[in-house]
Amino acid sequence: MKHEIFEKNVILLAIGILLTISIGGLVQIVPLYTMEQTIEKVDGIRPYSPLELAGRNIYIREGCYNCHSQMVRPFRDEAERYGHYSLAAESMYDHPFQWGSKRTGPDLARVGGKYSNDWHVAHLIDPRSVVPESIMPPYAFLAKRELSFDDAADHMKTLRIVGVPYSDEQIATAKEDLRIQGMGEAGGDVEAFLARYPKAKIGSFDGDAKKTTEMDALVAYLQMLGTLVDFTNVDPETLYR
Amino acid sequence: MANVEKDALTGTETTGHSWDGIQELNTPLPKWWLYTFYACIIWAVGYWVVYPAWPSLSDYTKGVIGYSSRAEHAKEMEAVKASRSEWLGKFEEANVSDIVKDSQLLNYAMAGGRALFNENCAPCHGAGGQGAPGFPVLADDDWLWGGTLESIEQSVRFGIRSGHEEERVNEMPKYGVDGLITKEEMAAVADYVIGGLQGDGAGKTVFAEQCAACHGEDGHGLPEMGGPNLSDGIWLFGAGKDAVLAQLNSPKHGVMPAWQGRLDDVSIKQVSIYVHSLGGGQ
Amino acid sequence: MNQATALGTNPGAVAYNEEIVKKFVVAATFWGVIGFIAGVFIAFQLAYPVLNLGLEWTTFGRLRPVHTSAVIFAFGGNIMLGTSFYVVQRTCRVPLFGGPMLANIVFWGYQLVIVLAALGYVLGITQGKEYAEPEWYVDIILTIVWVLYLVAFAGTLIIRKESHIYVANWFYLAFILTVAVLHIGNGLAVPVSLTGAKSYTVASGVQDAMTQWWYGHNAVGFFLTAGFLGLMYYFVPKQAERPVYSYRLSIVHFWTLIFLYIWAGPHHLHYTALPDWAQTLGMTFSIMLWMPSWGGMINGIMTLSGAWDKLRTDPVLRFLVAAIAFYGMSTFEGPAMSIKAVNSLSHYTDWTVGHVHSGALGWVAFVSFGALYFLVPRLWNRQRLYSLRMVTWHFWIATLGIVLYITSMWISGIMQGLMWRAYDSLGFLQYSFIESVEAMHPYYVIRGSGGVLFLIGALIMVYNFIKTIKGEIRSEPAYEQAPHAASAS
Repeated sequence: MKHEIFEKNVILLAIGILLTISIGGLVQIVPLYTMEQTIEKVDGIRPYSPLELAGRNIYIREGCYNCHSQMVRPFRDEAERYGHYSLAAESMYDHPFQWGSKRTGPDLARVGGKYSNDWHVAHLIDPRSVVPESIMPPYAFLAKRELSFDDAADHMKTLRIVGVPYSDEQIATAKEDLRIQGMGEAGGDVEAFLARYPKAKIGSFDGDAKKTTEMDALVAYLQMLGTLVDFTNVDPETLYR
Repeated sequence: MANVEKDALTGTETTGHSWDGIQELNTPLPKWWLYTFYACIIWAVGYWVVYPAWPSLSDYTKGVIGYSSRAEHAKEMEAVKASRSEWLGKFEEANVSDIVKDSQLLNYAMAGGRALFNENCAPCHGAGGQGAPGFPVLADDDWLWGGTLESIEQSVRFGIRSGHEEERVNEMPKYGVDGLITKEEMAAVADYVIGGLQGDGAGKTVFAEQCAACHGEDGHGLPEMGGPNLSDGIWLFGAGKDAVLAQLNSPKHGVMPAWQGRLDDVSIKQVSIYVHSLGGGQ
Repeated sequence: MNQATALGTNPGAVAYNEEIVKKFVVAATFWGVIGFIAGVFIAFQLAYPVLNLGLEWTTFGRLRPVHTSAVIFAFGGNIMLGTSFYVVQRTCRVPLFGGPMLANIVFWGYQLVIVLAALGYVLGITQGKEYAEPEWYVDIILTIVWVLYLVAFAGTLIIRKESHIYVANWFYLAFILTVAVLHIGNGLAVPVSLTGAKSYTVASGVQDAMTQWWYGHNAVGFFLTAGFLGLMYYFVPKQAERPVYSYRLSIVHFWTLIFLYIWAGPHHLHYTALPDWAQTLGMTFSIMLWMPSWGGMINGIMTLSGAWDKLRTDPVLRFLVAAIAFYGMSTFEGPAMSIKAVNSLSHYTDWTVGHVHSGALGWVAFVSFGALYFLVPRLWNRQRLYSLRMVTWHFWIATLGIVLYITSMWISGIMQGLMWRAYDSLGFLQYSFIESVEAMHPYYVIRGSGGVLFLIGALIMVYNFIKTIKGEIRSEPAYEQAPHAASAS
């Protein structure tokens, strides 16, 4: 039997295994980087603002992805429940992706703008105070804890290394942008901020303007989810692939 | 190979090796297993021919039927639209007041409105419109911005303090924080308000000067400018003197998102009609 | 059978390193119980959210990775490392390569990784990728430990005294090598600073999704399938005292399994923003994977041909065989769920959770229990287990637990899927999302109860082990001997 050569030689067996298991991954992953149509060409996608990025990191830290997807599938019921199906472009700056695999709670890909800040805060502090049937854990501690994101610029520089196109200006104004988004005019030049991060939501998200909390950051993130692409300006056929 | 034996129980030969006492039989591959495996492979190859499958670095095989899950979805949504042609066109043209006059259209409005409301509105306003502290009850006849069909539709469409160009917005002054009236005046007017707007004391004077412009001289509210009714015992941000004082000191303002853009025109009409039906639509 | 007084007797007088296997056995048992407790706790959190306790460290979001990592990597991992060290020594007839020192570094390094990972999750340190949550510093330690593990394992293969490498070791080797490739490929990340825990993954969005499920699916494929098939190929013929059914089948199903499995990842991303072509590959390869997966089942089950009667008298063998049956069921259900039409219903629902647990509880845990019951009396040189009757109790209680678990998740999962896409007679969505959440409550209670039974079973096993190690033997009615003793001895 020819197979004996593998059974008698560990190195050959190991090489055989490595070759055998390499093919599938290479064929499936590499073209996703090289094929142009993988990421749809749509307008409006931008990197996260510092406050949104902080919120996203809290989202990851709390393991929200264990129960919430961020991926609307192209089905009628999902379109009617959540909105337009998600594009690859919409998560192109997501390191890591947060598409999720389970909907113990609803999809959040387009939750941005769906509810008021007040609702998000009330719901995160005590989900059952607004949705009695909810089984979500309470996150009251987020409202009490001041956001610590002094190294926002370092985070953005790291993200630039892995491919997020933060400009030097965006990195330089990271701290200022955190303030502006959390407090509005009191924090600095809002217009300049919005030029850096179009469509970002500004204001004291948790209603307490004196300090920027983790709650502010998380709600700022939730409120921008799925809002960047204006689908009225997108020809659906350009999205087929 | 050494030591090839015949297994006594099955009559099959072993391979002649033994590891820690374990031997292997040289049984051939089960036929059903092999043929099912082949069948799966043939099926897969067929599937690759029909559907998009194999990538190169710049493109992929499209498959003979030119399938795309997103194109399928677009077709499905077109089909849904077509199946609704009976009423969809009428909904697009008619305004909400006319829709409710047509019992068939009203039926569609209520059914569609119920689904939309439960998915989109219930998280704040409650499953039956029963509201929550800070989120108005929709199942009663107290309407902050008016309870006619058109008023409700406008609130749904453009939202309240939503940031939309046509948002509904007003702002109650920060009487306490900004020092617009004295502590004594605040206490007096709070007593007056929670006392059912009765009597002739200092509270009434303050009310007439400061509050009546928005809340109405009788305190029954002015929905056209979003001034809440203070006489009906319904309190959005809590009942009692402390709550009223807090609101005088530094008022809370509710926010409702604009649904235009998120919901289509027909959906907005449906959900407005449904909300109107929940309680005391005017 | 060499029926010596003590099961651990080593007639060949090779100085096998069994101390290290003992350590792994104890660690696996310990982490298993921890992982099952965590699972039961988070299961009940979904039924009774008050159990989140209002503390940031005890929310479902932070504890779920504790459960998954504890059962997969702590329980399953220690089983894999321990049994591979046991099996490779005996099937190569040499002591472990690298001596006790290397083995001990692997053992303690691996435990360190587990503790660091779990502490991180509770404190909110996570990479945010399922089953790959540990941050970069834990990933690096694990990489080092894993390479040392490979050295010890492959080194033993190299110095073997048997001419041929036994099939169990092919599977173990594929498991070790592939997990290394997957772990490194999916773990690539750039830390924000060398003194902080936070890092950002190199891949993003759709490429990260594909990489994640290339990893995630093959963590199932190579950790929980190929690895445990290696285990099966030793412990089933050993316990049954029968030769392996088919050498040829083992060759064909080994190579086809490891080749095809790698491609199946995209079935976790059906109808997502992953391009259609990749979804097609994920689905078709999952279907083709069905028979190679079943090759392992056939070789396991058919190894008993001629010795079926042992199932009546040997509760340890019963565990092993039931595990193979669950394996067959899961590896049929998996390809079925990978079909896009089925997946459009099942994805995002509890059905997936039920599927994973029929594999995890039924296959992985059961085959592990079988191996542990085999190993404990041998490693501690006892005549037999303290109680075989208690093994039977464990078996039936745990089986009932699994049945409750997977049936409740089938019902709740299919119900969720149907509720989400249900339309009323006029063509409007019938249910709001929250109504589907509400409807899940009874099934979440049943699922949790199933978990409790499974945990109770494991505690019975722990008690049995403690007594066995103490050298006690329970006075209980013996199982009647099989009418004919196996002829393989």
